[in-house]
Amino acid sequence: MASLRTSAGRSLLRASARLAAAATSTPSTHALRASTVATSSARQFSSTSSQRSDALFVHRNTEYNNPDIPFEFNQENKKIADEIISHYPPQYKKAAVIPLLDLGQRQNSGWTSISVMNHVAKILEMPPMRVYEVATFYTMFNREPVGKYFLQLCTTTPCMLGGCGSTKILETIQDHLKIKAGQTTPDKKFTLVEVECLGACANAPMIQINDDFYEDLTPETIVKVLDGLSKGEKVKPGPQSGRHSSEPAQGRTALTSQPYGPGQHCVPEFA
Amino acid sequence: MQRASLLAQRAARQSATAISKTSFKTATKASVVPSSQSRGLATVTDAHPVRVHGGLKDQDRIFQNAYGRHDFLLKGAKARGDWHKTKEIILKGHDFIINEMKASGMRGRGGAGFPSGLKWSFMNKPGWEKDPRPRYLVINADEGEPGTCKDREIMRGDPHKLVEGCLIAGRAMNANAAYIYVRGEFYLEVEHLQAAINEAYKAGLIGKNACGSGYDFDVYVHKGAGAYICGEETALIESLEGKQGKPRLKPPFPADVGLFGCPTTVANVETVAACPTIIRRGAGWFAGLGRDKNQGTKLYAISGHVNHPCVVEEEMGIPLKDLIERHCGGVRGGWDNLLGIVPGGSSVPILPKHKCEEVLMDFDSLREAQSSLGTGAVIVMDKSTDVVKAISRFAKFYKHESCGQCTPCREGTTWLANMMERFESGRGNSREIDMIYELTKQMEGHTICALADAAAWPIQGLLRHFRPELEKRFAEYELKNGPVLVGGRHARELDPTLAMPANMAIPDKDVRSLSTYAQ
Repeated sequence: MASLRTSAGRSLLRASARLAAAATSTPSTHALRASTVATSSARQFSSTSSQRSDALFVHRNTEYNNPDIPFEFNQENKKIADEIISHYPPQYKKAAVIPLLDLGQRQNSGWTSISVMNHVAKILEMPPMRVYEVATFYTMFNREPVGKYFLQLCTTTPCMLGGCGSTKILETIQDHLKIKAGQTTPDKKFTLVEVECLGACANAPMIQINDDFYEDLTPETIVKVLDGLSKGEKVKPGPQSGRHSSEPAQGRTALTSQPYGPGQHCVPEFA
Repeated sequence: MQRASLLAQRAARQSATAISKTSFKTATKASVVPSSQSRGLATVTDAHPVRVHGGLKDQDRIFQNAYGRHDFLLKGAKARGDWHKTKEIILKGHDFIINEMKASGMRGRGGAGFPSGLKWSFMNKPGWEKDPRPRYLVINADEGEPGTCKDREIMRGDPHKLVEGCLIAGRAMNANAAYIYVRGEFYLEVEHLQAAINEAYKAGLIGKNACGSGYDFDVYVHKGAGAYICGEETALIESLEGKQGKPRLKPPFPADVGLFGCPTTVANVETVAACPTIIRRGAGWFAGLGRDKNQGTKLYAISGHVNHPCVVEEEMGIPLKDLIERHCGGVRGGWDNLLGIVPGGSSVPILPKHKCEEVLMDFDSLREAQSSLGTGAVIVMDKSTDVVKAISRFAKFYKHESCGQCTPCREGTTWLANMMERFESGRGNSREIDMIYELTKQMEGHTICALADAAAWPIQGLLRHFRPELEKRFAEYELKNGPVLVGGRHARELDPTLAMPANMAIPDKDVRSLSTYAQ
């Protein structure tokens, strides 16, 4: 073992010596080639592909996303924005940044461009960087364009286990729309992403499509929902299994009687 | 036999909470024996009748419209007793409300279980009247813990309970305004809540001179934008201020320096929404339900491998098994098909079947079982579950949701997720089981907020109860692929010319040179 180690060390030394010689005598491209030759005989450096989180955090100007593209709230949204800002103390206007970015994203067909962020920064009188910070931190701001229907499938454990399991639903959607998670269909109708728990675990598995929750899914019902949306029909959100909300499917075991009225069961003081 | 001793234990716990732990065993024994024969045991004077909790009557349920069967708007809410004599409650003053909450034994329903009355009283420190700053109540409706879907039912079905709760809790803290921080994904819930708030303003129930009591109080809804970490109280405050949701160091606690630098208390939706009913029906009613120090009712959300997953309001202290069999139609394939249950949302350790038979669904019983009530989100797993994969998915969740502020959490959650992903297929060295345990121990308590702890506990639970499963997987994998080094590398892929540290669990040279594993 010890001999192995020293020999490996020696060969590495030799390799680096050769590398240094190559670097001094030849231009850098040659040096690079030389280094690959030299190391391949001694050892292979293992490298893994870089794993980014959801999206790139830096902004790069593109044709569809650059600061020169104008964006401003329309009249209606301006009123809503003023109403939102009025909820916070005047010296803390920036508290409205998340609601305003959300408003901007809605107006900008579902995604937050750099122009939206800049406009929000201007309205709230805050440095644009502070807005970028917020927009990159929160997962609900899409910094790339999305399809008309933004499909967010929950794949966290309760959805993974519940019902038929979210894995099946994910496969069904991928097969049906011929896209993978994170991709948009060529006709720009559907974008599919996997998300973390959406808080409808008793109705697992579930998907959020734009603002609506579709719950209690099966491979059949999710296809029905997608086909309906694709045709431009209105599909009823909520449980797709005939359940009303989160009561037990075989019938209620609680809240079966008439609710009590004002003052009933109360202490005499408040009866 | 087991059942009988359990019941006896439960009775003993009720009757003698004050007795010390050393006398606990004797107390248990005493309560089994008829009281006439229990001479000589001075610590236990009377044995309470054995009481099994659960089976709450509808009339004792607070959230009457949890299933959305009735009108959620003002008219329907008033018919269900909301906004009844609210003015009288407000006029009673803050001491009355806080004392009632203290007497009711309500513990915060957001997961930590801190006594609510006590927490609210921190806002009224001596001399608070002289503080010119505004005061805020912040409602945490950023419901994101995997498995939890209870606050959603409150906001959808009983939004007026929450709005009224804001007013009364706000009065108790002498707050000027309440912000309800709802997670951004809850569109319908925000819609219902906003409708309720608008109605309440219109009817003069909140706003200037709320309910005609002379007290001014505003309620605002603030929508988040998808970050689990914003469920942590200081992160929520940061997020409300329009920043990244990164938790703050405590102290100063929010009650001193909170939202916009002002005294603030953050409370869970369920806690606040239950408060008006508790006060109207009396603290005694609420305290009479459940076990001592774990009183009241609670919304439980049951998901996973049960026949009928649901959200249901039940008495605190209901046995876990009863909860599942009474309301969810039992475990899929029968109770014997149960593998384990996560009793309180993703951040609590899993319980194996034999413990699930014994535990009661309340704070103290689950803590004794080395788990936690958390948010009351029960995730059931039957024997078809790949338990390693299920917990690995939690690890991935925490990796995704770590805010990145503290290094142990940012790096640790990623390590945990990577290791667990390998373990799913069994690609690991048996020494790594202890390593991952140590890693979780190093994360715990070394960060600003509890997200690192929450990421560590489910894995600790897995190791505690399902270690043989992991070892079995490792052995199977080794049989197919040869030994695995620490770090997940195959021994057969090892370069013989490579110098390796001695602590990588490298098998003997002759084992490595065997070409039987080469593919």
